[in-house]
Formats: sequence, structure tokens, C-alpha cells
Amino acid sequence: MADIFDAYALADAWDEMFERPGEVRTAYEPVLAALQPMEPAELRFRADQMARSFTDRGVTYAFAGEERPWPLDLVPRVLDALEWDLIQRGVSQRVRALEAYLADAYGPCRAFEDGVVPWRLLLNSPHFHRAAHGVEPPGGVRIHVAGIDLVRDEAGDFRVLEDNVRVPSGVSYVIENRRAMTRIFPSLFAEQHVLPVDGYGQRLLAALRAAAPDGVGDPRVVVLTPGPSNAAYFEHALLARLMGVQLVEGHDLVCRGNRVWMRTTRGEMPVHVVYRRLDDDFLDPLHFRPDSVIGCPGIMNAAQAGNVTLANAVGNGIADDKLLYTYVPDLIRYYLSEEPVLPNVESFRPDEPGQLEAVLDQLDQLVVKPVDGAGGQGIVIGPHADRQTLDRVRKEVVADPRGWIAQRPVALSTSPTLAGERMAPRHIDLRPFAVNDGSDVWVLPGGLTRVALQEGNLIVNSSQGGGSKDTWVLAEGPAEGPAAEPTGPLPEVAPRQLGPDGERLVPQEGAQQQ
Amino acid sequence: MNDVILSRIAEALTWTGRYVERADTTGRILDAYLHRLLEDPWRDEDVACRSLYAILGVDAGTDAVDMQQVLDQLAFDARSTCSIEGALGAARLNARSAREAVSSEMWECLNSTWHALADQRLAARRTGPYAYLELVRRRAALFFGLADSTMSRDDSWRFVVLGRSLERVDMTVRLLSVRVLDAAHAPDWPTLLSASGADEAYARVYGGFGDTARVAEFLIMDREFPRSVLHALTTAEECLAALGRPRQDPARRPIGRMRTRLEYLDSTALEDVLPSLLRELQTSCMASAEAVAERFFPYQGPVEWAQEGA
Repeated sequence: MADIFDAYALADAWDEMFERPGEVRTAYEPVLAALQPMEPAELRFRADQMARSFTDRGVTYAFAGEERPWPLDLVPRVLDALEWDLIQRGVSQRVRALEAYLADAYGPCRAFEDGVVPWRLLLNSPHFHRAAHGVEPPGGVRIHVAGIDLVRDEAGDFRVLEDNVRVPSGVSYVIENRRAMTRIFPSLFAEQHVLPVDGYGQRLLAALRAAAPDGVGDPRVVVLTPGPSNAAYFEHALLARLMGVQLVEGHDLVCRGNRVWMRTTRGEMPVHVVYRRLDDDFLDPLHFRPDSVIGCPGIMNAAQAGNVTLANAVGNGIADDKLLYTYVPDLIRYYLSEEPVLPNVESFRPDEPGQLEAVLDQLDQLVVKPVDGAGGQGIVIGPHADRQTLDRVRKEVVADPRGWIAQRPVALSTSPTLAGERMAPRHIDLRPFAVNDGSDVWVLPGGLTRVALQEGNLIVNSSQGGGSKDTWVLAEGPAEGPAAEPTGPLPEVAPRQLGPDGERLVPQEGAQQQ
Repeated sequence: MNDVILSRIAEALTWTGRYVERADTTGRILDAYLHRLLEDPWRDEDVACRSLYAILGVDAGTDAVDMQQVLDQLAFDARSTCSIEGALGAARLNARSAREAVSSEMWECLNSTWHALADQRLAARRTGPYAYLELVRRRAALFFGLADSTMSRDDSWRFVVLGRSLERVDMTVRLLSVRVLDAAHAPDWPTLLSASGADEAYARVYGGFGDTARVAEFLIMDREFPRSVLHALTTAEECLAALGRPRQDPARRPIGRMRTRLEYLDSTALEDVLPSLLRELQTSCMASAEAVAERFFPYQGPVEWAQEGA
């Protein structure tokens, strides 16, 4: 009998599920065993059920002006304990190094004096905010939440593609994906030891409370959202709900005397920690864009005065731009005296001695990106570019070597994904989320796996028609778990009281219809 | 004519309220446990299932228990009023025997729910019980919503609400009892909260931080949360007060006593008195239910025919 994996032909990349055709990797054995016998109709039934539950719960995103259920693929992405250990150490190391960099850049600037990173990296950055100078964050934390994008290359090695330490989003989908998967495939779940993701809200709240200004006994935390028309509003609302805190918009807040208050039916209440989900530029019209109506005038002054903590801190953008990315391995060695656990994608900086020539020599084999480009603008993929384009880029890079970086192209790993009636390999990436409470950088087990639903496509954004997968981190084993052994007889609990019809019940099949 | 209500009808209304609440809460508890079992890789299925049986007062036997068996017994068993289907079946029978007192919409809600269960039970065997449990929860909410919006606030309505409140106290106390009486079988506090539908309400009050003492305090003593013991006791007492004020009301007394005790209980001392408090709550609740039965629907034994002589 034909099964849904019959037509599965490995792509020219590392496949997450199959080592070679027909040979499944150990961690995926139960998943394959559960999925393989299913008919396409059965899969479709479950996929439809899942889509309906997302629509019902309002877990949707806008695609071409239409509200669509969040696209979650039925095949989970599985990481075994060893793989996760590496990712978890690598992500946390990266966050610690970027924290150190931010503290340095907004403080003594040692790394610049010592020549580890060039000054221009700081001074030219559009995200370098003088307003952030002199804001000494409680506990030294500027990155309360980070999302580090990882890809897996042809050899199966995880590499960092990008750091997000401003307003990383997507964690709500990690939580919702898990919720949906446990409901659609309960039996499959029951057989696995998958690390839970439901501790996120509590971890985040603990970190935010720990970030409160000194001397505040019972800090009030709020989530600041641009409002319901924002694409990530669902996430903002979920985080507020998970933490049991208010979800506020800019006009719910008022600043007076360098303090932040929120307007409530019981009068104005002080606010101590603002988990803001809007960009620096919109945060405070007094300091940044004066035309912003979604921010809160005066909130920067309150932060500078140390009366409110903004999470993540203002000015973090200097730590996650493209050029700085190429220096992160050096920063890890410089600040932490450690070797990087996760390598970058191999990158070149044309403005460094010798590197320009190397880049120009192999321009047709590299991906060239302008450092100040956003959202894929200006990127030239060498192997796919024609001669004229390459010549133009060559001239531009020669004219302004500081404005460009070049990277070795990576074929992202693939994972079996439901495409119509069958499984087909599709490229995926991974965004693990880290929470820093000042004493510990905790990484939520799993993260958001995004998948490009079009064949061969490498773009995984949901706005581009990308989907997602539940990410399972397998536990090492039940040995050290907290499960309690039964120690004695069960407690006596009183029997239930029954009504007059309690004994008249008949099995449903035989009951008369009414 | 609304001030007169047949004892039989009053009894049927009370039990309709109780059984629907029982189905609802049982569904919530099962859902919370199942979800926890799936999400937490270290939980032992047998231990969790035994704890469930203990909460619901069902004998687990000595063999290993798995989730399927739990579902068969606590959700799908139409013959036991301690299961969801049994409770909804019994609610339906009770409502049918009081059709002139409940609104048509309420009756239809119960009847269509009962018929819809079969389909959902089959689907549950295929993909898992979540859709089934969700149906139960929604229909219970619909039923009580219809009671609130289509019944006059007369004695009929009060009996439905009284039944619901008594069952609510009973179920919450059961949940907490297992936690308190035997830590080895205890559900953890997030499970306790979600089984009581209280996770979000609790997070708003305590900011998502939990320990057993706080969760117990919330589920027992919170004035605002409708599923807390105090709230349910207050509601039950209000119903009983409105049903008439005899000088000594053996139905109201045990409830009122517990209600005042909770109102003035020092919450810092809660943990120490918890075991005895839960036992008292359980007894008071049962005593009150029995006194309600005695006062409002006294049981007339079957007429006995004694044949004299040959």
C-alpha cells in the first residue's frame, strides 16, 4: 500500500528526519511510526481540525488581507537531548556576550579601545541612541528576551543566522503550537518525553520583576502594545494573559514627575516595568519620532531617572545589526574568554585587509548584503545572479567596502512537511527564545521552527506564505524526574451523593430517543 | 402560582444543576490532567490516574491504570453518574421530569448535548478526547447561561443554582483534598488551577506565581472567583435564604457556619488547618444536601400493600 512518505525524495540539504532515503534518524522513529500508517484523508482531517481550533481561538495571521489560521504543519521537528544541549548553551552564551557588549558600548567602550570592534560600528549605527546612555539597567540586564535565529547547514551543523535582541516575536506560537499538537496527536505525545514549554510566562514574569527599579517592593509589570491592528497583537495579549498583567497601549500610560502611571478606574497607578512590544522609534515622541502616536511621551525620561525599567532596553539595536553579527564570535572570546559554541554562517567583511580581494574573487559563490539593508533589500545571491548584476555589485563593494558583508550561502536543512496529499522536504529554520533574569539566561526548550511551504523556497516568514512546526526537545530520560512514587494508600474521599435518577440510568444505546 | 413548587420538581431541578456542574467539572479535571500528562514528560501515568480516581471517589483497583481506562470510566460510562455521560444523562432525565419548570431552551440544550455525545465519543477514540471535553464544557456553560437568561428568578431557578453551588463546593474540595491529604498522589498546582478553570483568574491576582498555599487560598477563600469554595457557599446560602427563613434551618446552618468561618479565617493559618477544614467542608456540604432533601423534598416510602390473612 502506498504511504504518505512514498514519494519523499531527499533534497540537496541535510534532512531532519532521514539520514538517507528510507533510513530514519533515531529521534524521529516514533514520529514516523505514528504518521506513516495514516491515510492522506486522516491527515487532512486532523489538519482541518487543527486549523479550525486556531481560527476559533483567534490564532490567525493576515495573509493578503485575509485572516488565516496560523499555519502549523503536522510533522513536528524533533531535537534530541544532545542537540538541544548544544543549542541551549550556544544561545545562552551568545546572549551573555551581547549583554556584555551592550554594557560596554553604553559604558566604558573597552572593546573599541582594545580594537576588537571598530568605533564606526557604534557611531554609524542607526540604533545607537544617546538617550540610552546613562540608563543603568537594574541587574545590568538590557536583553530580557532574545530570539536567536539558527539554521542547520548541509553537514548538519547548527549555525547562527541572526540575533534578535530588540523585540523578538513568535514565542506565542511556540506555546500555541504545542497546545494544538497535544490535542491533535495525544497518543504520539504520550509515548515521547518532550520537554514542556508552558513555563514561559512565569519565567518571563520573574525576569521582568527582577528587572524592576531598586527599592520597589511589589513591582507592577505591564505589556505595552501598539494595539490590536499590530500583526503581533495576539502575542502581546497572550503574554499579558500568561503573566496576569495589564496589556496597555501608549495612551493608557501617563508620565509625570519622571514616573510612569497607568490610567485605571481607581485612579492612576504606578508602573515599574514595561515590557514594550514596540520599536525604539515609536516609544517616546519626545525623544524619537515626534509623529508617533502609539508611544508614551516622557517614558524615556522616567527610564533615565531610574523609575521605570524598559524591557528590552532602548538602544539594543546596536547589538543585532548585520555587521556586528560578524564580530559576535570575537566578542564571545573577548568578554567571556570562551570559544563560541555555535558558529556563525561563514562571513566576510570586505573592508578588512585581504578580505575584499577574497570576496571579489568568489563573488559568484557568495551572498552579498548591504549592512544597513532591512528585510532582504539589496541582497545579491551570487550563484543566482547574472553577469551585469555581479559587475554592478563588484563596483559598489569596491567603492564602499564598509557598506557590505558577504556570506557563504547555506542550504537550510529540510523536514518532511505535508504538501497536498504527501510528505515533501521543505526548508526550515529555528528561533529559540531566551529569557535573562540577571542571574541566569534560560532558553525555552524548543523554539519556533518556521518552514518554507513552497518547494525549494528558503524564505520561511509567514507573511511570505511560510508555515511553522512544533519543536520537540526530547528529554534524556525519566530517571531524574520529579514524578512521585505512590507511598501509601490513597486518601479517603467521601463518596458522591446521587440524585433520584442516579439508579435509573440505562446504557445510552438502549435509551429511548426524545 | 410561582411561589408553590412541587417537591418532586424541586428535587429534579436541584439535581439537574448538580449533574450538569458535575459533568462540567469532571471534564475540566480530565482535560487538565490529560494535558499535564502529555506536556510533562516525567509524570507517571499510573500515579496520575490514581490521583484522578481518588479525587472523584472511584475505586482504582490494584492493576496499573492508564488514561484510556480513566476516560472509559470517568467520561464515557453512561451507567455511572460519576462520569460525564452518566451525569449528563441523569441531568437530562431530571430536566425531562421537570419540563414545565425549566425553559424549553434549557431542556433542548441538555437533550441535544446528550445526543451529540455519541459522535464526539467516536471522534475521541480517533484523535483524542479534547473536542469531546470541550463540547461538555461549552454545553454546560450554555445550559447555565440559558438558566440565567430564560428563567425567572423564582424558586425554580434557585433550586438549579443551589444544586450547582453544592456540587461546585464538593468538587473543589475533592480536588484540594487529594493535594493536601496525600502529596504523593497530588496534582501539581498548575493542574489544580486549570482543572478549576482558574488559571487566568489566578494569574491576574497573583501574577502567575504559585505555591500550594496560595493556590489553596485562592480556590477556597477568594471572594470574587465564582468557582471558589467561599463564593459557591455564599451563593448556596443566598439561595437557601431566599427559599424561606425558618428559625432553625438545618440546610442553611452548616453552610452558613462554614461560610463565616472562611470569611474570617486568617489566611496565614490556612495551611495548618487545611486538612481539617477540607473534611469539615465535605461533611457540611453533605449535611446541607441531606437537610435540603429532608426539608424540600421529603421522601415518601413506597406504598406497601400488606395482605392480611391468607
